[in-house]
Amino acid sequence: MTITPELDARFRAAAAATGLLDAAYDIVEDTPIGDLLVGVTDHGLARIHFDPEPEAVLESLARQFGPRVLRSATPVDRVRRELDEYFDGTRHAFDLAWDIRRLPEFNQRVLRELAQVEYGTTTTYGTLAARAGNPRAARAVGTIMNRNPIPIVLPCHRVVGAGGKLVGYAGGLERKERLLRLEGALG
Amino acid sequence: MIPPFEVFYDTHRDEVFRYLASRLGRERAEDAFQETFLRALRAYDRLEHADHLRAWVLTIASRIAIDDVRRRKPTEELTVDIWHEDARPAFEELAPFTDNLPPKERAAVVLRYGYDLDYAEIAATLGSNEQAARQAASAGVRRLRKERS
Repeated sequence: MTITPELDARFRAAAAATGLLDAAYDIVEDTPIGDLLVGVTDHGLARIHFDPEPEAVLESLARQFGPRVLRSATPVDRVRRELDEYFDGTRHAFDLAWDIRRLPEFNQRVLRELAQVEYGTTTTYGTLAARAGNPRAARAVGTIMNRNPIPIVLPCHRVVGAGGKLVGYAGGLERKERLLRLEGALG
Repeated sequence: MIPPFEVFYDTHRDEVFRYLASRLGRERAEDAFQETFLRALRAYDRLEHADHLRAWVLTIASRIAIDDVRRRKPTEELTVDIWHEDARPAFEELAPFTDNLPPKERAAVVLRYGYDLDYAEIAATLGSNEQAARQAASAGVRRLRKERS
């Protein structure tokens, strides 16, 4: 005898409603760039993963935020809706709180600057480094982009090499190109 | 390290549900199931190690099953066996000594001396506090001493 999907869903929703979860996550399926695993905390959106392998992501969420990590659809609903709108082309800016408080100070500063890069535009690693207060940190900024915990919403796909080459993307260059095309930033 | 709650829930949910359904019937087991895992969730970050997670959650379930039976049949003799069949080894060793204890003292004694849980974990399991768990265990031990002397 196994539990019914209804009972399972009911428990997951009730658990989220208690406010006791350190983090909740769910899979957003079938986006134009594949399935995405979205993780949220009380403070906001904490993770977006490409090619999600839930077990590894779970361990990492538990290490960072605490052991009470549970898959639950409700806490992720708003992010799911905004992502849908983004992929439909009807949303050009996300209206979501993020949780990057566990990251080092410089990373947070760079990610906050990154969030200012507008839809349909691109910038370079060097420019972003300068805006974050350290023009010589282009390489460090590259690493921070590579480890961006919230890609798409914190738009590291809009950061390209000085010559305009796409350079790299943690989710693969194909996804970067796809996102930039969606935004009309590539010819 | 304590596994993420998702892993714990996924590992034990079907067994907990089977246990509750066998005690309470399928329909009443649904509410008890939710209550069991919500209680486990409340206590989860206080756990200090991942040993005995299965015995722990089955004990929570058995307490909730007892409360459910009691609520519905306040005068009837309590017949629910608080121990799941497969969770028995530690209990069986202690069973001949603890059978006559009131359910709460029996649970506290077995969890403390059979499963080696600390009082914070026992409190979480029984849905009470650390002091009450300590008192229940020592009251149980006192009662056992008296019975055996």
